[in-house]
Amino acid sequence: MEGYLQLFIASAITNNFVLTQFLGLCIFFGVSKNLNASIGMGMAVTSVMTLSSLLAWAVYTYILHPLGLQTLMLVVFVLLIASFVQLLEMIIKKHAPALYNMWGIYLVLIATNCIVLAVPVTNAELQSDFITSLVRSIGSGAGFALAIILMASLREKLQYADVPKSLEGLGISFILAGMLALSFFGFSGMITL
Amino acid sequence: MKNLWEIFYKGLFDQNPIFRLALSLCPALAVTSTVTNALAMGLSVMFVITTNNVVVSIFRNWVNPKVRVPVYITSIATIVTVVILTLQAYFPDLYKELYLYLNLIVVFAIILARAEVFAAKNSVVPSFFDGLGMGAGFAGAMVFIGAIRELFGSGTFMGVNILGSAYDPALIIVLPPGGFILIGLMIAGFNLIGEYQDKLKIAKQGSDV
Repeated sequence: MEGYLQLFIASAITNNFVLTQFLGLCIFFGVSKNLNASIGMGMAVTSVMTLSSLLAWAVYTYILHPLGLQTLMLVVFVLLIASFVQLLEMIIKKHAPALYNMWGIYLVLIATNCIVLAVPVTNAELQSDFITSLVRSIGSGAGFALAIILMASLREKLQYADVPKSLEGLGISFILAGMLALSFFGFSGMITL
Repeated sequence: MKNLWEIFYKGLFDQNPIFRLALSLCPALAVTSTVTNALAMGLSVMFVITTNNVVVSIFRNWVNPKVRVPVYITSIATIVTVVILTLQAYFPDLYKELYLYLNLIVVFAIILARAEVFAAKNSVVPSFFDGLGMGAGFAGAMVFIGAIRELFGSGTFMGVNILGSAYDPALIIVLPPGGFILIGLMIAGFNLIGEYQDKLKIAKQGSDV
């Protein structure tokens, strides 16, 4: 049990996907202009990442690995995740229109995002069992949500700041992300896996 | 011939994937802590983008537009698998360090974008040069960032000590936070150059009138 808690904190904070491994930067910088949008994005990424990595885990463990087809992993995972997200979008649109109005647009954006692909690949590489994979994907999703929500809160404040013209937009956002990464970096060494 | 050169050349500066289009920034930060890693990643991406452009261009008339994106993704994933297996066989150390990011080449926006924007509409030879130029622009930018980070962060270039023992390396530049800050400053620098060029242009137009 303690091991799982450690894994959760490690994948959410010390090995945070965005701030220490630079994954999902496109959506991290693209959506963090607005706090509400970034909360929606964080939730969408966490749920899609968890569901799709469990699906990928099942396919890898029960189909690819027994058949010795590990070389096909990448092709299978990419198509699996893309079609799963498409399916999820259709189901939500049909059965929960309110939810679709809130999250629908984010689902399309994350269908082929590196952060969603990274977790299944890591799970397969480390040959993790079911619960470990589950904890890792929830932890990574929570870490992403934390990072993007913090970033959005900072950027909303930044609108009132006087930024030099050439730094406006992406430049100052990167520097801000650097500061945020620095504070996350303070946790490193707290937990080692 | 001149046309092909132009197609190749635009990827290097005018439409540089990293600095101009701000696409595929993840790898630009993640694997540029040393020049060797940056070069390996850059060359892998260059190979994938060029091969994929050629494949997409060859099959462009047979692919139904409705299913084109899955077809492109399958093609990219296959080529990336070839690259990964090759690196695993011949450069096991590099493979271990870059493993995760090599897999993620599949979802790089720049590769899909070139297939969609260029290769799907042009014949094989121009598509090849487009891929080569974009790939070279990407690899060049990666090595450029990698060189700065390695030189100031650890005082070396491709593992060879350059700045000597008197230089006290600024470790932060190699670490993730420094990567973010450095890229932020570089983007600002490019913006500054762009603004300066615009100003020159306006001044020139003014004097013409």
